[in-house]
Amino acid sequence: MEFGLSESQQLLKDNARKFFAGECPMEEVRRLMETETAYDPGLWAKMVEQGYTGVLFSEELGGVGLGEVELILLMEEAGRELLPGPLFSTVALAGVMIDQVGSPDEKKKYLGPICAGQARATVAVLEARASWDLTDLQIVSSNGRLTGEKLFVPDAQVADFIVVVTRDGVFVADQKAPGITIEPMSVMDLTRKMYSVRFSNTPVERLGGLTAVAQALDVAATALVAEMVGGMQRTLDITVEYAKMRKQFGKPIGTYQAVQHQCADMYLETESARSAAYYAAWALDEHTPDSAIAVSIAKMYASDAARMVGNRGIQVHGGMGFTWENDLHLYYKRAKASETALGDSTYHRERIARLVIDRSAASSQTA
Amino acid sequence: MDLNLNAEERQFRDELRAWLEIHVPKDWSEWREKPLEESFPYLRAWQRKLDEGRWAAVSWPKEYGGRSATLMQQAIFWEEMARIQAPSMANALGLGLIGPTIIAYGTEAQKKRFIPKILSAEEVWCQGFSEPNAGSDLASLQTEAHLEGDHYIINGQKVWTSFGWVADWCELVVRTDPAVPKHKGLTVLLVDMKSPGVEVRPLRQMTGESEFNELFFRDVRVPRENVLGKVNDGWNVAISTLMFERGSYGARLHLLFKRNIDRLIELSRTFQRNGQPAAKDPLMRQKLAQCYAEIEIMRLNQLRAFSRTTATGVPGPEGSIQKIFWSELNQRLQQIAQEMFGPFGQLTSQDSRAVDNGIWSYGYLRTRGNTIEAGTSEVQRNIIGHFVLGLPRSY
Repeated sequence: MEFGLSESQQLLKDNARKFFAGECPMEEVRRLMETETAYDPGLWAKMVEQGYTGVLFSEELGGVGLGEVELILLMEEAGRELLPGPLFSTVALAGVMIDQVGSPDEKKKYLGPICAGQARATVAVLEARASWDLTDLQIVSSNGRLTGEKLFVPDAQVADFIVVVTRDGVFVADQKAPGITIEPMSVMDLTRKMYSVRFSNTPVERLGGLTAVAQALDVAATALVAEMVGGMQRTLDITVEYAKMRKQFGKPIGTYQAVQHQCADMYLETESARSAAYYAAWALDEHTPDSAIAVSIAKMYASDAARMVGNRGIQVHGGMGFTWENDLHLYYKRAKASETALGDSTYHRERIARLVIDRSAASSQTA
Repeated sequence: MDLNLNAEERQFRDELRAWLEIHVPKDWSEWREKPLEESFPYLRAWQRKLDEGRWAAVSWPKEYGGRSATLMQQAIFWEEMARIQAPSMANALGLGLIGPTIIAYGTEAQKKRFIPKILSAEEVWCQGFSEPNAGSDLASLQTEAHLEGDHYIINGQKVWTSFGWVADWCELVVRTDPAVPKHKGLTVLLVDMKSPGVEVRPLRQMTGESEFNELFFRDVRVPRENVLGKVNDGWNVAISTLMFERGSYGARLHLLFKRNIDRLIELSRTFQRNGQPAAKDPLMRQKLAQCYAEIEIMRLNQLRAFSRTTATGVPGPEGSIQKIFWSELNQRLQQIAQEMFGPFGQLTSQDSRAVDNGIWSYGYLRTRGNTIEAGTSEVQRNIIGHFVLGLPRSY
């Protein structure tokens, strides 16, 4: 039994840290977040060169063929640098969904270009009810066409195609297809753009039914938790550095136990979220019977912990933490967006209750 | 990363499982609810049997009667013990803390004299550390010892001593040099509890029972060959004991917590709350799920800490969060039980209406001590702040 990273996993993680720190430092994050789409083609090409867009997909498709653990290590490091743009949407959301639901031909058609860096993509699930419970979805296909509005679709503006989950299945829409209207939603987190996507009798290609959707969303949720862990770790690091340097009453504020204990709790919450994320990824990779529970435990815990870590970090910074100039609010806003994405803690606690108290089947339709 | 058991671990588990199937006592359920005073001889006998199978201290080196088990094998050991609902071992402190300290610091003569009887539970051990005026600030302890000929003469008082009432021997920390800074003048002595001048008094705690004792030492004579480690190096010896305390304890506790949450979930399906089973109450579902999840995270944190320790040879920083995590979680778990049972939660074992013979009212009170014993939550957070995060010392 070994719950540490293997040599090659550690290498991948170290390289990813160097890559994101070098190619997308905070000045670049701040520049990109002020752009319309937060997408940079040059940065994208470099990530493709590293194999990041194909990390999870088979070598036949042009991918690297690694597992869920490697995917989340990459996401953790992306989250640490607050990477803007559609890497998460393309790989962890759309790519994973196609990989789980699509036929071999469909995978070739959609995952091939993702691995090769020619296409970006995203997934549209939420509607006006904003429920992650698939039985709450209203939009239904009609003769291979969709009509209705999807909300909170990340990076839709730069996605070449959009994977749409409806009441009756999983579909792919070309972003340029007739009847699609994409409008930005004004959200707190400027590093991950959100859109409303309206379909009006839009032709779509059906990938499959809903059976495998829960599994795909579980992989995405775990990748998101890893990204949150990266953000928490960075928030902790920034805060500890500040507590060592900032002086009040003649001493570094980190000398005071009230401040130390905030930092200790940030550490506890970050490490616990990391343990849960790593285990969930391994459970998905191994298809263990408890993988759905493991994912919900991770997302439940991280959804609350990421917010609390942000709160504590800003509190330790005092007035400085409340400024635009300080980076903490950027992590804080991403944490808030991630908290509700793919189900908040209340949602996942209820899902755990269904699986553990009601003992309902592990991969229920309710993601 | 691979959380499946490897071949060696599977072999260890299978051998243990086969041994337990044959040897684990079948009548433990008749004893487990009885006071420890009554069941103690039973637990001693069980530990002797484990020792005969070389299962009493799997973490100890082979040459001292253990199996040199890896941390993962130790986790497997406790999991299997819990799975088959084996009784606990009588000499818990001797096996978990004091034996390993003697192995690390003792002379060959001391090891030969003490180790076999710790394993067989022939001699039960207690720990004389805390004092009325030295709790978190252990190094300020005042119990003093001075040399007269070949003996140390001890005077002072210890408190919060588990197993004091039944112990044959005590690992005692005393001040041997009051002139030097407080950490530098301490020595650890191995004290025969039957020595003249040792008095053991029960310390009644808020649960009503006396799990702990106060120890009084009046001119107690201890031969100088019973110094453990070096004279005036007692702080390092004592810290090493405390490190063992914070080591694998979490792995054992996880199984207890798991049993408790499983029981609560089972009860929630029938226990009525606001006119329906608690399991249907949306808030209760949220709380049970939260607790279930945190217990799983506690297990995962422990496994990660073990892997880290195995890989680096030193306990990883993850280990320091375990004490805070389990103690605060245990209190939350008991509070959820109280909310579920409503007024029935307060009933003690004396009342036939009590849920599960009153274990939940007892548990609610007993867990109140969890964030204080074995290093308060405040001290644990100081440790993380300074030793893990590198913040300046606050005291």
